[in-house]
Amino acid sequence: MTFHPNGDNRSFLMQPTKPVGIVGYGAYVPRYRLPGSEVARVWTNGLGGSPVTEKAVAGPDEDVTTMSIEAARNALARAGIDPQALRAVWIGSESHPYAVKPTSTIVAESIGASANIQAADWEFACKAGTEAVQASIAMVGSGMGAYTLSIGMDTAQSRPGDALEYTAASGGAAFVIGAAEESCAVYQGSYSFVTDTPDFWRRADESYPSHGERFTGEPAYFNHTTSAASRLLDMMGTTAADYTHAVFHQPNVKFPSRAGQMLGFKEEQMKTGLLAGEIGNVYSGSCMVGLTAILDVAKPGDRILMVSYGSGAGSDAFDLRVTERILEIRDRAPKTRDYITRRTVIDYATYCRYRGLLRD
Amino acid sequence: MRKVAIIGVGQTPVGEHWDASIRMIAAEAVHAALEDSQVKAVDALYVGNAYGASFSSQSQLGALIADYAGLGSIETFSTEAGDASGGAALRTGYLAVASGAVDTVLVLGVEKSTDTVSTAHVRARNVSLDADYESIHGATLTALAALLMRRYMHEYGVELGAFENFSINAHTNGGKNANAMYRNQIKPGAFARAPMIADPVSLFDGAPDADGAAAVILTTVERAADLVPHPIQIIASAAASDSLALHERADLLDLRAVRASVNKAMQQANITHGDINLFELHDAFTILSALTLEAAGFAERGQGWRLAKDGQIGLTGTLPISTFGGLKSRGNPVGASGVYQAVEATLQLRGTAGANQVPDARIAMIQSIGGLASTVITHILSI
Repeated sequence: MTFHPNGDNRSFLMQPTKPVGIVGYGAYVPRYRLPGSEVARVWTNGLGGSPVTEKAVAGPDEDVTTMSIEAARNALARAGIDPQALRAVWIGSESHPYAVKPTSTIVAESIGASANIQAADWEFACKAGTEAVQASIAMVGSGMGAYTLSIGMDTAQSRPGDALEYTAASGGAAFVIGAAEESCAVYQGSYSFVTDTPDFWRRADESYPSHGERFTGEPAYFNHTTSAASRLLDMMGTTAADYTHAVFHQPNVKFPSRAGQMLGFKEEQMKTGLLAGEIGNVYSGSCMVGLTAILDVAKPGDRILMVSYGSGAGSDAFDLRVTERILEIRDRAPKTRDYITRRTVIDYATYCRYRGLLRD
Repeated sequence: MRKVAIIGVGQTPVGEHWDASIRMIAAEAVHAALEDSQVKAVDALYVGNAYGASFSSQSQLGALIADYAGLGSIETFSTEAGDASGGAALRTGYLAVASGAVDTVLVLGVEKSTDTVSTAHVRARNVSLDADYESIHGATLTALAALLMRRYMHEYGVELGAFENFSINAHTNGGKNANAMYRNQIKPGAFARAPMIADPVSLFDGAPDADGAAAVILTTVERAADLVPHPIQIIASAAASDSLALHERADLLDLRAVRASVNKAMQQANITHGDINLFELHDAFTILSALTLEAAGFAERGQGWRLAKDGQIGLTGTLPISTFGGLKSRGNPVGASGVYQAVEATLQLRGTAGANQVPDARIAMIQSIGGLASTVITHILSI
């Protein structure tokens, strides 16, 4: 089946049998910040720019498990549900602490979920988190469960001195998915666009990822984000002007800005969710934490486009509409902006210690 | 020796062709040249390629491309001379037709250079330097060009900004060429402020490596007259060489091989400098352009940069260079660059260069250089 630019493509639109939405959301961004100028100081004698001002760095006692628990608690607080009601706990990340042994079981038990759940760790580079959201929409929308929890969280790795070191950051977000009538943002539809495009990878037993440099741009990030977004808009019968906010996977500031521009979005629609300049690229949590920042300030009726990107490669695009319930729940947990302003700047040496980069 | 003419040209856009393999872009240029020439078959295919074995994990390009492009079981092989591989293929084709060995030849230059990451790219590129005395010590082509440029600036008291017009001119012309890789314009002053790659060679100085394929079809002048309305004659073909290692050269700022090959070519063609209407030189670095203009006899020593400053190298100047953007703006598809020069000069002499046309172009010189003028292959084309 082929997508026709001028045809009826509505069969590609993903919509569940029962209307669903985001019942609760929560962000977590660790406290520490490594300025891009620190990376430049060590590796380029301070010459050349940095794609972000600074990036968020997990502390020495934090990992994807602990940070997922933080975000999940915030999401549950906003959802106002008993964690025993969850029927799935799914965590997307490319920095799961264990190669074999799920992060999701530790998180599920820590937040008080029951044993009657699906639990799994997801991997699709930076779109593992939104892939878990798609699955949650399907599970709740089909009636297999009343509530599920989907998390995108990372402590992203980067080889010392690599261009990625400026941006590879820590943080993410959690979403409780449930029935539309309980939601602060109702799911309208989604679409996923996936190809075999080897732009970025990390083989088993390797500490740091490899990437195809400029190849990560046009044929990878831009092709997938703009294809997923434009096809979703086509199927929804919308244009960029119909959305109050748009948030994209943000490996830096330039890529999402340009992708948004290519699709017709204006800076005003992009700025609330574009956090990469302040926290870096939090990989699986990237557009998801951007969405939490939007929900923190969104008005009922606002329409939101969220587009993820995972190397390898693919994009998930979601169309959401904010409900009155947002006003009731958003103050039940710390705002994303609170986490961003809570910051302690560290130097490169401290960063190396916190991220375990000093080896025997 | 028989007289040789170009009866067909073809080229692919120069750029990052991540969606195509080396045989695919090669076949595109081959078929474009065949269509342009109206010739159905050729007797031989000579392929100019420098780094297929490393960039594309592929050797025996001749047989690969002849088969894929449907040329049949013809004579075919590749020539390698670093960045001058395209010029070497053209000279091979010229000699084959001129000698009477074959009647019709397809000369193809092809390179797929953007499928590797930068560390592997530099390692592959470094094989064109002197392995024992240069690359083993960490030298790269760009670093050695920087040494030459620094020496030039020191010897002649020239500031960095003096070189900017070579890049500005290339991008002015490349901006009008649909096949060029970088069609942006370079503003005056930006050159000297550009990020350094190997000081003083900056981002706006060195030509970008790229993917591309270009092809020309050669036959005898007699046969050409029956085949196409405007055959372009190759009135000279000459090659010369110099040491790979810079330290072996008695005079760093004298490109001896450029001088030797140009002198031989001009003798063959029986022309003087004033007869040449355009010069497609190997502008991999601005310092190579300046030194080439001097060694080729278009400028006094230490004065090559002034031709650019005085606006003499533009399309309407006394010696237009890089008329379709050159390596700098059109891009440098390494082993294919010499054949792109032949294609572009042919378009100029046919009068079909469009917005890039040099007025009243009758004689064009093209020059393909390997390394920092270790291999230099010069051709002169005429209407």
